[in-house]
Amino acid sequence: MATLTPEPIDTDRLVREAARPDCGAVALFLGTTRDHHGGRRVVRLAYEAYAPMAVAALERIERDALARYPIAACRIVHRLGEVPPAHASVAVVVTAAHRAAAFDACRWAMDEVKRSAPIWKQEHFEGGDAAWVEGTKLE
Amino acid sequence: MNVTVLFFAQARERAGRGTEWVELGDGAKLADAVAAIARAHPELEPLWPHLAVAVDGVLAPRDIALRDGAEIALLPPVSGG
Repeated sequence: MATLTPEPIDTDRLVREAARPDCGAVALFLGTTRDHHGGRRVVRLAYEAYAPMAVAALERIERDALARYPIAACRIVHRLGEVPPAHASVAVVVTAAHRAAAFDACRWAMDEVKRSAPIWKQEHFEGGDAAWVEGTKLE
Repeated sequence: MNVTVLFFAQARERAGRGTEWVELGDGAKLADAVAAIARAHPELEPLWPHLAVAVDGVLAPRDIALRDGAEIALLPPVSGG
């Protein structure tokens, strides 16, 4: 169940909803915004998405993670719009019986988000200019 | 037929718009739509080698046939996450 949201990511709720009595592991990854890039100070990041295709891509990643790893659940949330430094822009939460699969699936899913979701990040610098982060061509 | 074109990120900045409607002939393929967009937006020229193109939310080859009302999206290299 993937979500795009303009709101701050509610990590407490994600983790609470991920825990299951029959599972011993919940792995949460947060991608957080950094305040520098290429030696320059970044004052905020802005994310945009081709929303319907992005949701479909994130849901496909969740399903594929479930197929590839012995996990019980995978959930991805990506924030859109302006995100201040040190805030979460993306969350991947994986529930599994055991931690090895939870960690592995979480990492795999996060790599896939970066590679295959139609989402773009723009850095806004201290000087007032902005630049799109160099990305990966969708294929 | 008429199709909707969505421009994202750098493509939107260069084109100066996020959405455009393009009129094409019957039986038009994605290649025809791309040619029409390129003619209307010469400022996009440096981007084309880097753009992925989706039709109705799915990456599509240039020879795919379009339907009336199709939504074409120009997708620069992605940087989510």
